[in-house]
Amino acid sequence: MIYRMSAAMLSLLGLFVSAYLYLYKIGRIGSLACGAGGCETVQQSPWSRFAGMEVSLIGVAGYAGLLLVSLIALQPGPSTRRWPGNLLLLLSGLGVAFTVYLTYLELFVIHAICRWCVGSAVIIVAIFIVAWLDFRRHTQGVSHG
Amino acid sequence: MAATQSGVKRFYSILAAVALFGLGVLAYLLLKPDTVSIPANVTIQASDTSGFRGYVKGSPEAPVEITEFADYQCPFCQTFATLQMPTLEERLIKTGRIRWRYRDFPLEQHAFARLAAHSAACADEQGKYWDQHQRIYEGQSEWSGARNAAPIFRNYARAAGLDLDRYDTCMKAGKYAGRIQASYNEGVQLGVNSTPTLLVGDRLYRGRFDSDAIIKLVDSLAPRRQ
Repeated sequence: MIYRMSAAMLSLLGLFVSAYLYLYKIGRIGSLACGAGGCETVQQSPWSRFAGMEVSLIGVAGYAGLLLVSLIALQPGPSTRRWPGNLLLLLSGLGVAFTVYLTYLELFVIHAICRWCVGSAVIIVAIFIVAWLDFRRHTQGVSHG
Repeated sequence: MAATQSGVKRFYSILAAVALFGLGVLAYLLLKPDTVSIPANVTIQASDTSGFRGYVKGSPEAPVEITEFADYQCPFCQTFATLQMPTLEERLIKTGRIRWRYRDFPLEQHAFARLAAHSAACADEQGKYWDQHQRIYEGQSEWSGARNAAPIFRNYARAAGLDLDRYDTCMKAGKYAGRIQASYNEGVQLGVNSTPTLLVGDRLYRGRFDSDAIIKLVDSLAPRRQ
């Protein structure tokens, strides 16, 4: 249970980080807090969009999805089942893969590091770790359908 | 299981508190007022206008001068700047047939027009006026509906290669507010009441223009050399 709770809390934090970056990108808030230029460079680069969508908006959708799955996973029925944990692991795995790609772009293509993006990367990796621990607990412990 | 149930309840309380705190922070950021604004109706100092008569492109020897009074947030000015100006630039300005003078005429109903004009003025300080001018017009749909256009203009300044420290200092000081107001006042005195308005000789042309009409007008004023 603690792993799924952690996943939910981390997803909520990730959701706020992504929402903050998205609101900045569309000009709804002023300059980024603690922005040393890196975030602005990244946000204004052509790679701030992926498949026609703002990357930060993809982050909002992704974290919202993770939060939803985590909360479902805590409900009395699903909390004893394996599938919510499997889904959490799959989604966070996709998130980590996307983050690796974005971090590669920051380091080797854009040559700028956004601290908020690093924050999001830490969060998604942490979600993946707790999802993995939850997955292991369910596979090694009592087997529930 | 009972302990787990109470643990889940406590967890939901903490999650709700974090959610409320996060929403509060985002709401504060969304609602806080702009940090940079350019005041209207400022007192115009002599230094605001000395030696300044608008932003000019084209040959000083050109036989015809066209002065455009425009507003960065005006959609017609945007269309004119992005669709018609490139043709005029190629056919009339680069060929030395006209000299183009741009004057700011920020309309009251456009919240960011004055800020945009000031951003371009700060870019002028660093020799990048027309670059910033073009970026502001091309990005009009991006910033026009934004809550705060200042960071978007700043991003254009960055993309134009401006020294951002100098740009920020210029913007925060509202250094060219007087110059913009003076330009507006001059337009009013000439009879400008909408944008874009072109002044050719002593005659004002209001409304939408296309490059063909302007080329014809220039042809009539200064026939092409054969």
